[in-house]
Formats: sequence, structure tokens, C-alpha cells
Amino acid sequence: MNLQNILNEIEKVDADVYERLDHVTRRHVFQGWMKKAFLGTAPLAFSAVLNKAYAQNNVVAEVLNFALTLEYLEAEFYNRSLAAGIIPAMARPYYEQIAKHENAHVDLLKGALGSAAVMKPNFDFTAKGTFGDVFTNVQTNYTVAQAFEDTGVRAYKGQAARLLVSPEVLTIALQIHSVEARHAARIRYLRGEKGWITLANGAPQGVYAGDEALSQAGIDLVQLTGLSATAVSEAFDEPLTREAVLAIVTPFFA
Amino acid sequence: MENQSNGHTDVRQMLTGKESAALGRRMFMRYLGVTAAAGVALSACQNEIVDPTAAARSAREGFRTIDFGDVGNNDVTVLNYAYALEQLEAAFYTQVIATPYSGMTDMERRILTDIRDHEIIHRDLFKAAIGSAAIPGLTPDFSSINFSNRAAVLGAARLFENIGVSAYNGAGQFIMSADYLTLAGKIVSVEARHASIISTLIDPQSRSFAGDDVIFPSTGLEEIRVPVEVLALVTPYIKETLNGMNVRRRA
Repeated sequence: MNLQNILNEIEKVDADVYERLDHVTRRHVFQGWMKKAFLGTAPLAFSAVLNKAYAQNNVVAEVLNFALTLEYLEAEFYNRSLAAGIIPAMARPYYEQIAKHENAHVDLLKGALGSAAVMKPNFDFTAKGTFGDVFTNVQTNYTVAQAFEDTGVRAYKGQAARLLVSPEVLTIALQIHSVEARHAARIRYLRGEKGWITLANGAPQGVYAGDEALSQAGIDLVQLTGLSATAVSEAFDEPLTREAVLAIVTPFFA
Repeated sequence: MENQSNGHTDVRQMLTGKESAALGRRMFMRYLGVTAAAGVALSACQNEIVDPTAAARSAREGFRTIDFGDVGNNDVTVLNYAYALEQLEAAFYTQVIATPYSGMTDMERRILTDIRDHEIIHRDLFKAAIGSAAIPGLTPDFSSINFSNRAAVLGAARLFENIGVSAYNGAGQFIMSADYLTLAGKIVSVEARHASIISTLIDPQSRSFAGDDVIFPSTGLEEIRVPVEVLALVTPYIKETLNGMNVRRRA
């Protein structure tokens, strides 16, 4: 059954079919039919899929536990930030929405890993005093939030290729990855920054190291497009290795 | 899924000026009924591979049909799929900056210019990387978008960004090469950043930057779309007909 063929055939009968079928309709039709037809990975079935995938492959469990560790860090950070009472009313909706997602990510990964899940570590969100007023000074809090989100984006990206062994798990990881990027952009904007990362600008430096790449797939994009290095660097988020991520977050472990 | 669809209703109606979803659904069922009676739906089902002549006839007057082949059969088809989406986005933002909506603030112009440049860079990268196997340049059709109206432009921008993110999220599973998978990852997170900021411009003090319409609240997972869904959504904005329906996930 080829849905596009059907639409093509309809269009022969009625050339205005695409005008008449509004977007909402098409969305209903395609999501209703095609999601079921193509995707065996409805979130509710995720645990079962994962159980099978990681039981067969240690790499998948390792990647998911790495992800779970980062999600523990983020979830507890937002939970404690909201509880601390320092987030102004204007920003609370963002924090609440982000907290909701990070807690959901923890539950999802933990549930899927089952007995293989790592325990939640104890955290020191001052990073041994570097961010001593993280729960009393909202600007410091925003700085840490941005660092966690931008790190999260780069961390998931760095693990994606290791998940080539399991398309289902890879898809789930990608679905988390883009959410972290949405969070990152919102926190950056809240701080008066661009939503995207320019060159390797930002603090702590380790979070942004190497993000200034100007070539992709071996192609020098400043030369190719004539656009600025700033624009080229912003157009891509670079991955971070597991080791680089651990170096960034280790100070936050108690 | 219902709440996800509903979240887009306003934007979509703003873009199209069309009537309610319920009416649309009824009309669609009517079309299915009409075409089934005429027997064409049955013949469509039998065409596992799109008949190029039939597809060409369905293309808009004077515009060709572009066949991706099997998206997922090899990485070039996935890259061409991404190239098509980036072409659409680059053309859209180029128009946005060329004919700014009334009341565009300096900050909005800076943001939209940044995004335009990012999309041009993505587009040109794919074109160069694919080389001689690249699909031709597409002809955008933005006639349904009122570029002088802020809400219409930002609504369309959000639609395109959300489609883009869901498309990359859904295409990752079709990519075979680690390098290309990582490259797609480098791009999709920037598209997600765009989506977040555009949503923020539309609805500043809200949760829409990562709203429940695009992120499943119970799992914190963003929506995904497979090529057949994405191509149907972008069809109204491209004059050529895009065929990329035969999805095959790598084993």
C-alpha cells in the first residue's frame, strides 16, 4: 500500500486535492496510519524493545547508563533549583517544562535498563565551590543550566554512532537529543545569548571546546558558501566524546 | 497523538485559512470514497514502485517529479532527502529576509538572518557532499504564506523547523554510515535550537519552546516522522512532486 500513490491518483481526479485536504487532516491521516505502520517504537513499548536490544549488546546498555547519569544530573538540578525558590515567575514555566522532560528521561531510561541501571550518584552542584551560589544566585543557576544542556546535546550526539547496532534505541536517543537542544536554546535566550553556539564561545570552556569547526564532511564551508566563520560554526553542534563529557561533569559529583 | 495534532491547529489554519480539522477529515473520507469507487485507490495499492509516468502526470503543470528512490536503501538517498528539506528552509528564510514582515524588530531580523545563513550552509553542504548524485534544485511555492504578516511568517517557520527536527529524528535509523549519522546529528540539534527560539518569538513566556505538542509529556521524547509523512507535509510548499515512499530500515 503506497499512500503517496493514492494521493497522486486522487490528484489526477481532483487537481486541487492538496488544497482541499488541509494540513490538520493530512497530519491526522499520516500520523494515524503511518506511525502504526512504520514505527514499532511507541514510547510505551520502549522498555520491551530496549530490554531485547541491550540484552544482546553491552554497548547499548553502556550508552544508556551514560545517558541516564547525565539525566540524573539534569533532573536533580532542575528539581532543586525550583525548590530553592530563586527562579523568578517569568522563568518558572521554562524550568518546570525542562524539569518535566529530564525527570521523564530518567524514568524512561531507568525503566528500560531495569536491574542494569546505574544508581543515582550524589551531586555537588557548586562543582566544589566553582558555582558556590548556584541555588541562591539565579544568574549562576542559569549558567549551570546552560552548561548542562549544551553538554547534553553534545554528549548524546557523541554516542549516536555507537547505537548504529540498534535502530530502535538510536531513534529514542535522537528523540531525547533534540529535546535537550530545545532546552539549551531556551536557557541561552533567557540569558540574553543566541540560541546557537558561536565558535567555541561559552563557559565553562570544556563545554564548548571544539565547537568552532568550519569544515564538515571534509568540505570547508566558509570557502564553499562565502558566509562567515561565525555562521558556519553556529550551523553545526559538534559531538563530545564520553571522556570529554565526564571531565565536564565530574566536578558536579559529590 | 491527538494533543500533538491539536497543538498545530492554529498555525496550520493561520497558514491555510482552511476550515476545521473535523470538516477536513470528512472531506478526506469523501475523497477516499470517491476514488475507491472509481477504482483508482486499488490501482495505487498495486504500484509498489511509483510509475514514473503516472507520477509525472500528477506533478504540477510544468514541474518535474523527483524520485528519491528508496530512502534508506543507501545513504545518498537519505542525504538527498535532507538536501530537499534544507533547500525548502533556505528558500523560505531567504524570502523572509528579502521581504521582511511589518514590524520586524532588529532582534528578530538578527535571529532570522542567522537562521537563514545556517540553512544555506546546510543546503550547500549537502549539495557539495552528494555531488553528481544530488537531486535538482527545487522550486518553492510559498504562495500560501503571507510574508508581510509576522504571525504567518513565524508560524510557517515553526512548522518548517518542527518538520525538520522530526524528519531528522526519523531518518537517523535509515543511515548506515557513522560519519553521516553524526553529521545529521550535528544539524538536527541546530534545527531544534531554531524551533525553540522561533516558538519563543511566537509565544514568549510559555512552554512552547519544547511544548507538549511536539514532545510527548510522559516520556520527554520529541516527535519523529518517516519520509512518507514528511514529504506529504512539505508537498504544498514545493512545485515539484517528491517521491520517496519506499522506506526500508537497515537490518
